[in-house]
Amino acid sequence: MDIELIGIHKTYGAVHANDDIHLHIPSGTIQGILGENGAGKSTLMKILSGFIDADRGEILFNKVNVEITTPADAIKLGVGMLHQDPLDFPPMKVIDNFIVGSHEKPWVSNIFPDHKEIKGKFQEVQDRLNFSLDPDAYVDSLTVGERQQLEISRMLWLGADVFILDEPTTGISAPQKVKLFETLKLLASEGKTILFVSHKLEDVEELCSRIIVLRKGKLVGSAAPPYTTADLVKLMFGKPVSKSTKQPFTSGGPVLEIQGLSLEANRLAIKDINLVANQGEVIGLAGMEGSGQLEFLHACAGLLHPTAGSLKIDGVELTRKGYHNFLQQGVAYIPASRLEDGLIPGLSLSEHLSLTEKSSSIFIDQEQARASTAERIAAFDIRGTPESKVESLSGGNQQRALLSLLKPGRSLILLEHPTRGLDVESSIYIWNILRDQCKNCSSIIFISSDLEEIIDYSDRVLVFFAGKVSAPIQAEETSTEQLGQLIGGKGWPA
Amino acid sequence: MACLKNREKTINLLTRLTAIFLALLFTFFILIASGAPPFSAFAYIITGSIGSVNKISDVLVAWVPLLIVTSGLLVTFTGGLWNIGVEGQITLGAIFTTGMLRFLQASDLPSAITIGLAILAGLAGGALWAGLAGVLKTYGGVNEIFGGLGLNFVSTALTLWLIFGPWKRPGTGSMSGTEPFPTSLWLPQLTGLRISPWSLIFAIIGLVIIFVLLNNTYFGLRLKAVGKNRNAAHILGIPTTRYMMTAFFICGAFAGLAGALQVVAVYHRLIPSISSGYGFLGLLVAMLINYQALWTLPVTLFFAALNIGSIQLPIMLRLDSSLAGVLQGALVLFVLILDGIRGRLRKKNDPGTETTI
Repeated sequence: MDIELIGIHKTYGAVHANDDIHLHIPSGTIQGILGENGAGKSTLMKILSGFIDADRGEILFNKVNVEITTPADAIKLGVGMLHQDPLDFPPMKVIDNFIVGSHEKPWVSNIFPDHKEIKGKFQEVQDRLNFSLDPDAYVDSLTVGERQQLEISRMLWLGADVFILDEPTTGISAPQKVKLFETLKLLASEGKTILFVSHKLEDVEELCSRIIVLRKGKLVGSAAPPYTTADLVKLMFGKPVSKSTKQPFTSGGPVLEIQGLSLEANRLAIKDINLVANQGEVIGLAGMEGSGQLEFLHACAGLLHPTAGSLKIDGVELTRKGYHNFLQQGVAYIPASRLEDGLIPGLSLSEHLSLTEKSSSIFIDQEQARASTAERIAAFDIRGTPESKVESLSGGNQQRALLSLLKPGRSLILLEHPTRGLDVESSIYIWNILRDQCKNCSSIIFISSDLEEIIDYSDRVLVFFAGKVSAPIQAEETSTEQLGQLIGGKGWPA
Repeated sequence: MACLKNREKTINLLTRLTAIFLALLFTFFILIASGAPPFSAFAYIITGSIGSVNKISDVLVAWVPLLIVTSGLLVTFTGGLWNIGVEGQITLGAIFTTGMLRFLQASDLPSAITIGLAILAGLAGGALWAGLAGVLKTYGGVNEIFGGLGLNFVSTALTLWLIFGPWKRPGTGSMSGTEPFPTSLWLPQLTGLRISPWSLIFAIIGLVIIFVLLNNTYFGLRLKAVGKNRNAAHILGIPTTRYMMTAFFICGAFAGLAGALQVVAVYHRLIPSISSGYGFLGLLVAMLINYQALWTLPVTLFFAALNIGSIQLPIMLRLDSSLAGVLQGALVLFVLILDGIRGRLRKKNDPGTETTI
């Protein structure tokens, strides 16, 4: 499908989220859309898929003016959107998910869907895309990558001509990414139009036949292969960004001592982990999602009780103690889903600070709370006021807000995907803060699916694969290739 | 920013006023449909509630338990808990108070101390019943709505058993309740009126305590955090179970106080439906005022006036007095509907809560 966007405008209050966007995408194109957080990528995609209305502007499909005001309109016109978190129904079977959105197909609109016939259709789509999903499996047993495949199959079957993918390479394994890219190229060769939104440069460079870059709501530039990474970065940020160089840590003694720790959770058994984390040290946990690294991190936080082994923090035995004891011993845990587990929607930044404050008084000193919040806001460069509700902040600012709640003098900081969904600039800022903390005698353990982040910021790395844990690897002596192999289950000692 | 906030406030007020208008309109049509003259019905409600000093005193008598119960419910709602069991908690407060009065009435204690102890027993009774719902919720995994509902039935059965069994009047038990206590065990009333100034003082102090607790203390803020996101509150180091249990205890104690006052200041005995539906009405009010303590005072007063005013209807117009309930229910529904519509409109125009653009 040939898509043309003419003069798209969208404002949220004072923010011009899309400012006069003109874009022409011919059929069969894989169009990359780059931009840092808040650049207006998602807004543009949501306008195209009917989730929000543009204030002004026209959309032409195959040179015909179209009105897209609801997601149903978009689907009818052949626009399918693959969201960052797949919109499916985990407790249902694959095949039921496949038909659930298809009430407009006459032969399914029967009250009793013909499962045999649908399974046939499902298989056709599977063969065409070279997927091998089991129609009778339950969706909650699938990986994120497989759920994407299910969504793509479904959209294709519903007759989608335009596929919008929002950060599709987040949380999927390397082989699944290869598979996804093959699929997208296949679809493009059949004349489908693909819109690929990402801030991962290497993905966009590898896949896309053209790239546009958005910055602060404006379309600031476009590129065609061969791409120069430096130019794209410059377009995205308006200036070249360089990562600060790592300094080797000087150990001040052990913070966390783990001996023979065994864990059991989610059908996963992790046996015999041994680790000593030292002051000033950063340890990265790598592995495909669900390989046991989260369970390990939770055990370090006291949120999961080990079945065997012992765990000490600053020399104090904490095995099988509650989360509260861990907190008192100086552990800080920062979860990945900021608005579900980390922050409290509906409360302001200042209220969050008061919440975490250790105060002996009964009454809250509002003036003082506001003043110290203002200090934190300045220190952590949060774009908001003490009265801002946390849900009104952007992802990067939410992450900074979470970090600003860290009490000083923590001995062990545990982080889950500290920079997931953040742009490069925010990520660097956050790591600068973390390393400042680390200098103050704490140790950091973090999970990330971004191997470069792991190698760039860790001193040592643990790799998890299906419940197995590698011996600590020196980050300087490894490479993304080696870690990638371990993550994929290769190169493990028998 | 300030201008934006003011605009928000004006819109809020307008929505509320529209809801009141719609609720009145709805009741108006109900009246027409049932063949009654709407204007005179409204007029009777007004004169029936504020027409004389006696009527005003009656409104205050109804206002006290409603205000106390609603104040307590603000605490559980802040903690994200639906304390449906509040009716039973009122009842248990009344039962404990009656029990204490029966136990002490033969003793030589001054009656002021007897009454004081009886009220404290009522607080304890309500807190205990709420604590049961709380334990079921936090340790037993029973949703507090179902636990509370079950405990409401148990409390009703308990009252009936006491009235017809161990505490029955000399001779045979009757639905009119237990033997009335002597006037020495009544909370002092204003001469010639049914209202006791002590009840009023308790109710107002209660509301002030709740207001300060929820708006100015660390406890209130942490409870709010637990209510809005229990998971994150736990991760931030707030002992969520303890906070939820405390919220239940506080609400239960308030409900118990309401029940106790019904015994020592209104009925002077235990009657079968001692809670009089004030618990459920309190839930309605709490929803109507969107759980903000500031609005509790006027809205509970208004609801109490409706309750008392509508007593005139059966006498004057042969209408059922449940008209007050129709108006109250309609009011809550329209407020909720308009809030919902507003929320939808705002979302459509400005999905501003969206975190990534």
